[in-house]
Amino acid sequence: MSLALSKGVVKRRGKVILGPVDLALNAPDITIILGPNGAPKTTLLRVLHGVERLSSGALTLSKPDAQARQEQAYVFQSPIMLRRTVRANLAYPLELIGTAKPVIAQRVETWAERIGLADALDRHAPRLSGGEKQKLALARALIREPDVLFLDEPCANLDGRSTREIETLLKDAHLRGTQIIMTTHDLGQARRMASDVVFLLGGKVHERGAAGRFFVTPETPEAQAFLNGDIIE
Amino acid sequence: MIRLAVLMWLALGGVAFAETMRLAVTTSFHNSGLSDVLLPVIKAEIGLEVQLLVVGTGQALRLGRAGDVDAILVHSKAAEDAFVAEGFAPYRREIMYNDFVLIGPAHDPAQLAQATSARDALKRIAAAKAPFISRGDESGTHKKELVLWDAAALEVSAFDPWYKAVGAGMGASLNTASAMGAYILADRASWLNFGNKTGLALLYAGDPALFNQYAYLPVNAVKHPHVNAAVAQALEAWLVSQNAADLINGYSINGERLFSFNAQN
Amino acid sequence: MTDIWAGLEAAFWLIVTLDSDLVEITLRSLQVSVTALVFASLIALPFGTWLAIRRFRYRRTAIAVLNALMGLPPVVVGLIVYLLLSRSGPFGVFGLLFTPTAMIIAQVIIITPLIASITHQAMRELWAEYHDLLISLNTTKRQRIMTLIWDGRRALLTAALAGFGRAIGEVGAIMIVGGNIDHATRVLTTAIALETGKGDFALALGLGFVLIALALAVNILIHSLSRTEQEGRW
Repeated sequence: MSLALSKGVVKRRGKVILGPVDLALNAPDITIILGPNGAPKTTLLRVLHGVERLSSGALTLSKPDAQARQEQAYVFQSPIMLRRTVRANLAYPLELIGTAKPVIAQRVETWAERIGLADALDRHAPRLSGGEKQKLALARALIREPDVLFLDEPCANLDGRSTREIETLLKDAHLRGTQIIMTTHDLGQARRMASDVVFLLGGKVHERGAAGRFFVTPETPEAQAFLNGDIIE
Repeated sequence: MIRLAVLMWLALGGVAFAETMRLAVTTSFHNSGLSDVLLPVIKAEIGLEVQLLVVGTGQALRLGRAGDVDAILVHSKAAEDAFVAEGFAPYRREIMYNDFVLIGPAHDPAQLAQATSARDALKRIAAAKAPFISRGDESGTHKKELVLWDAAALEVSAFDPWYKAVGAGMGASLNTASAMGAYILADRASWLNFGNKTGLALLYAGDPALFNQYAYLPVNAVKHPHVNAAVAQALEAWLVSQNAADLINGYSINGERLFSFNAQN
Repeated sequence: MTDIWAGLEAAFWLIVTLDSDLVEITLRSLQVSVTALVFASLIALPFGTWLAIRRFRYRRTAIAVLNALMGLPPVVVGLIVYLLLSRSGPFGVFGLLFTPTAMIIAQVIIITPLIASITHQAMRELWAEYHDLLISLNTTKRQRIMTLIWDGRRALLTAALAGFGRAIGEVGAIMIVGGNIDHATRVLTTAIALETGKGDFALALGLGFVLIALALAVNILIHSLSRTEQEGRW
């Protein structure tokens, strides 16, 4: 699926906080949205997913609207767990679209294995550790095999081991055909994962390009400063 | 299993197997305990289940006017006459009588024990400014009380706070009188059957002015076609029968007769 | 003090001998209040949930009105229902006055706002928690309501039990619309009122202790349910 945002603007309380932004994202990239805090990366991500309303401009998808939403998934910075078991959390997205029970059971098993929670299926999800929750959120997002997966700083609150596990899962998903659009402020993670970089600054796309080129020779001084670790506004 | 439980549940809702009728009666009548004697006999003899709504005379008349009951049994001739005159009942049928008595604190500060008449008794209470509980609820007892104050040439609206109108039924008012050590006008039957006499005693009785007539009024079936007129007739017929007379006259507490049957055929 | 002992004694004998009148009015109390609870819940639980997730212009007003309705004096509700059901009233033809049905109607009116309000507060919290996830998963309105109701079922049960507690102890409304008719519409609370009025305090207290026991049992149930909430089970 390709997403195209044209002249997208988001206003809050009369002030423009994002935009105008023109952005086209195509499969099968891993696009990382970089930028300082308040860039605002999360808002842009939510706009692309369709859960944040544009004040002006348009978002066009290559698939019709209703279907498109179905084929997307979103992982939040703080994982949102349903107050149910791990198993029930994994099954939920499939139940919503009326998947047959045996199929659900089989997929739940598969994904529980992949994220290493196969013996935790009957545990109460809200009581998992931070890393376990995020892995569960990721598995839950991928269980419908979406075309596009959005992630908002998924490893921000996790330790190194969990971060590595998440990144592995993401790379596997990408290999299986899922397009990934992710925000992060971890430059190391960006370097490890990205194939395409969107550098967001002051509500606008300041620079855009292939990861290989961006990290070695960024075009703009602000991007260079950012990569050096300076604080920019 | 669930079906069985549901059926049992519904059955408890009170499926009546006999004919039923609704009769509004005064608290004075019910508190005497006579209804507990009569109702089972009525059910057994004429197959009629009488559902009693025990309310004040005022509310009983209201229920009769609205057609929410099939008949009423009250004790306030003036109000009953008006009820008939307004067409809500075809007539009033006298059934039985008893008398009102003056109850008060056992040590009798107003010295009712020496009263020569009902008027005199009330004058003594007013003079002593002794606490007095009035029903205050437009009931037969309340209306009788007001008539008596009037006869004693005393103005109720001018009374000081020793006169307390509680707006409650006979039993509740007696409870209040007991708790406060106050005087109160009650019908003899309610008094005799009352369970909380602590500190109270019957201090004055016997004046013909204290006569208390109970009458039965069937609700007008022309004004309210849905009332069970036939059944109300049947109950009336039973209430004026010899059988009823025997039961009513024979009802006593501690050897004292509560009501005297005086229906005419 | 002797009155209270007499009351405890009366309660004991009534229960131990399974006094038929006591059994009858206790069952009727339960019948009326449980039925009222079922109908009130069927209205209040979905409505409270819906109110928590729906945005519309007068939402705040609706919530304020709902909370205010919780303070409806039961006896006033009883009076109004009586006037509606009276033969001279608009719904007199149904002949519902002085039946358990009238009592159920009055109690439904009294406890529905309470259940709806508690439901709404609980669902608001849960919706705030689930909001982003459920929107992202592209759920329908109906799916959202079902998910909230299922995941919030403990809070909803607490709301229902609170409504039940209010109903079983209510006396003003059902006295007026039920008439406290022996073997027809007499329940625990109205029987207590009656026996008190007759001055038979021992019996009234006895019935009162039975009612207290019922109410306590319900409250213990609520308490134990909210404990499992903390343990995260069920």
